[in-house]
Amino acid sequence: MHKKIINSIATIMLTVGALAGCSTASSGSKGIQATGNNVKIGVNMELSGGAGGYGNQQKQGIQLAVDEINQHGGIKVGNKKKKIKLIIKDNKTATSTSASVAAQLTNNDKVTSIVGPATTNAGTAQTPNITKAAVPAVSPSATDPGFTMQKNGKVQPYVFRACYQNNFQGATAAKFTYNNLNARKVAVFYDNSTDYGTGLAKSFKHAFKGKVVASQAFSAGDKDFNAVLTSFKSKNVDAIYVPGYYSEVGLIIKQARQAGIKVPIIGTDGMADPKLAQIAGAQNASNIYYTTPFSISQASKSATARKFISAYQKRYHQKAPTFSALAYDSVYIIKEAIEKEKSADSTKIAAGLAKIKNYDGVTGSITIDKHHNATKPIAIESLKNGKVANSIAIK
Amino acid sequence: MQTFWQQLINGLSLGSIYALLALGYTMVYGIIKLINFAHGDIYMLGAFWGYYSINLWHFNFLEALLSSMIVGAASGVIIEYFAYRPLRQAPRITALITAIGVSFFLENGMSYLFGSTARDFPQVIKQVNYNFGGVLISNIQILILATAAILMVALQFIIKKTKMGTAMRAVSVDADAAELVGISLNKTISFTFAIGSALAGAAGVLIGLYYNSIDPLMGMTPGIKAFVAAVVGGIGSVPGATIGGFLIGLLETLVQSVGLSAYKDAAVYLVLIVILLILPAGILGKNIKEKV
Amino acid sequence: MKANFKYNIIWLSLMVVGFILMNTLILVGIIDSFLENMLVVIGINIILALGLNLVVGFSGQFSLGHAGFMAIGAYATAIITSEHPNTLNFYLSIIVGIIIAIIAAIIVGVPTLRLHGDYLAIATMGAAEIIRIIINNLKITNGPSGMFNIPKFASWPVVYVMVCITTIIIANFVHSRAGRAIKSVREDEIAAESLGIKTTFWKLAAFVLGAATAAVAGSLDASYLQTITPNNFGIMESISILIIVVLGGIGSLTGTFVAAIVLGVIDTALQSFGPLRMVIYSLALILIMVFKPTGLLGRYEISLPRIFARKKEAKS
Repeated sequence: MHKKIINSIATIMLTVGALAGCSTASSGSKGIQATGNNVKIGVNMELSGGAGGYGNQQKQGIQLAVDEINQHGGIKVGNKKKKIKLIIKDNKTATSTSASVAAQLTNNDKVTSIVGPATTNAGTAQTPNITKAAVPAVSPSATDPGFTMQKNGKVQPYVFRACYQNNFQGATAAKFTYNNLNARKVAVFYDNSTDYGTGLAKSFKHAFKGKVVASQAFSAGDKDFNAVLTSFKSKNVDAIYVPGYYSEVGLIIKQARQAGIKVPIIGTDGMADPKLAQIAGAQNASNIYYTTPFSISQASKSATARKFISAYQKRYHQKAPTFSALAYDSVYIIKEAIEKEKSADSTKIAAGLAKIKNYDGVTGSITIDKHHNATKPIAIESLKNGKVANSIAIK
Repeated sequence: MQTFWQQLINGLSLGSIYALLALGYTMVYGIIKLINFAHGDIYMLGAFWGYYSINLWHFNFLEALLSSMIVGAASGVIIEYFAYRPLRQAPRITALITAIGVSFFLENGMSYLFGSTARDFPQVIKQVNYNFGGVLISNIQILILATAAILMVALQFIIKKTKMGTAMRAVSVDADAAELVGISLNKTISFTFAIGSALAGAAGVLIGLYYNSIDPLMGMTPGIKAFVAAVVGGIGSVPGATIGGFLIGLLETLVQSVGLSAYKDAAVYLVLIVILLILPAGILGKNIKEKV
Repeated sequence: MKANFKYNIIWLSLMVVGFILMNTLILVGIIDSFLENMLVVIGINIILALGLNLVVGFSGQFSLGHAGFMAIGAYATAIITSEHPNTLNFYLSIIVGIIIAIIAAIIVGVPTLRLHGDYLAIATMGAAEIIRIIINNLKITNGPSGMFNIPKFASWPVVYVMVCITTIIIANFVHSRAGRAIKSVREDEIAAESLGIKTTFWKLAAFVLGAATAAVAGSLDASYLQTITPNNFGIMESISILIIVVLGGIGSLTGTFVAAIVLGVIDTALQSFGPLRMVIYSLALILIMVFKPTGLLGRYEISLPRIFARKKEAKS
């Protein structure tokens, strides 16, 4: 019996060895040339599954941007205006599906650029396929520092993002907490189910000059944080840092205030969403600070942001969330890249994206650095009674 | 000491939520031996019903609670009729997969219709904190605790004292024999689903009100935890589900209060496995002797 | 034995023909990288579901923890090949994954396999979740960020060969003395025990073999997708493997193949439906189960001897 199995295995191995030699696919693609009268942009997005809520907000931002561009005649490629054709696919917040979606978009739909995915993991899963096809992708919200990097420390040629990477935001929050809020003893309460929460918690702890007296975790979908908050209360902390998304952070704020914890709560752009104050309850959402690129109060100074906010309000009848703003900007920087390079070929778009400098986006003036991260000014907003009370630009 | 009492309150209030959900699981499992994966999603339906009935028709709390119990019961009976009844003679694992399918359907259908972002639940009861020497208890926590206790007693009464309850117990012991003595199988099972799902509907409104945040996937995690609670307590037993719920709630609070929050779910599962190894049918479950 | 040998040779040549066919299609360009992606994912699912079918279908032990063992294989490969990327290490990492998975399966299986039915299911689910949570909190696994930029060694021929090897091993196991022993445990544990079959041993054997194949699938998954995260290996993954097994027919290896292919194609085809995707998928699942409760193929198996026997009958 065993001999037979070994025999069979050996035979197959030999066959494969013989065949594998000729099965190597041609690598080193020259990218996808733009054809026809449209610019095809693919969307690989978390429309269902765990991050579905965030993915759908981004989809709204993308659709708003594309419809706006098309109303104005489209993207100027060379001296001809071409309309955008959007191809939206769901990756159901799964890595294997994200890879498959990327393959489908580049192979079958022949898109010359991709917006998405929202999460780092789905993003890294699509990287091999888009690199093979030489099609650039801009993720609105993949924040892991390594997302745009290869293993050998070189930058991924076709991976870009429109958001900060974690280290920048965490360090800013740490400085602000120490200098502006004068907090010396802080507790960190982070989202342990994503790279976003853990990454930010790590960079905050690294950069914070005071003492981190407690560090606890929650996972997406948790609703009850009373036990951890009670333990923070007994430690008399000066401030709490909560890197995570608004769904959970809103509840943390509510439960903290109801448990009588009045210290400042500092968060990240994941909670910069009008939903936060609704979930926390307006009366609880005071003494709250978060780092964000996109600030509604600062928008009065920027015409682009003002236009976006009113267009969003008109179309979706709600205040614009940060995720939609980031996705909206992702589409526009692709447009910018195409117009600068005068070509909608995929490799040209990639070259153009790498050269984006001081682009006036909704989330601030965007420059793509050598590691394909978006650098833009960061602001810290504070909430009082659920409303943005103050916005402090941090240099 | 103050912290200890506060954590005890935290644990009990979390436990009462698991207990409330575990009651429904235990009833359905007791009668047709099916892990009703869709139970957590009926709880979600109840919460959404509460959201819309309060926001659109301005129901007060009691109206919202009672109407969501009716909606929960109705959806439970409908699901049983279309998805589980045709499979009553099929292998149990098939019914389980169908239950998972129903759960996926409800979660994704609701996401499609109402969007998957979290929304805030209308605060029909204003939360008031009572302070007992530094230990805070809110009126809603007391409400949930009381509701869980009342429902448990009521259920125990229905099962032990009423005719339908006797029928339910008969069906759970031997469905064929029960049918022979004139018990309508379909009616009894529908009734069980109605009661179990009504509990889930009520839990939806209560928990929605308590946490002030609902979304289409809200039933997933508590659903699994509540099922674990039901198994720990001895599935099929009403007091068992309550004990299991409180046990899991207290355990999670304990693990988090000592600073191991990253491992809180692992601790729950570890305790589950250990309890099952010592008491294979849970704490209050009946251990059926194997017959040759 | 000689007859068996003949059939094994036929199967083997069928596999080689399949390989050549696919290779040609890829070279000609009919199978592009999108289809190849789909086929590889289906292949990995086949390995997973075959292993689970052995546990659930043939030995009758209801396990909901398959994804935990898959995680072990995936992380073994990711960690080892990220450190020292070469082909030898890739195969070595598969073996390491198998060994750790076997040890984990024994640790989990020895106590829990005394449980029955749904209790076993929930206990194995708990065990798999514990594995996932530990991985989620370890430093070497890079926590919830998962690992990416994993070197790619699992091209489609590797996956294809692994599918073939897994099929051969499991099919031979099922048709051997061991297979008859585990099936007797499924049918009636007490009767089997009274006939002198060591039921605990055989249950554990099936469980361990299932875990080992899951680890292989995990290794391939990590190496092919080049990205893994602990969230890939949650309860939902275990459930989706179970769905393949039940949909194909519990205790039918052929059914597992059919179901993995059907579900893989449905899932890929639904990508363009956006948020409606999972709604349609779940409805399809409910309908198939309600109208075909024993799965697509029940316990039917393709069997060469039977096909040949039928032909002979037809001739005479």
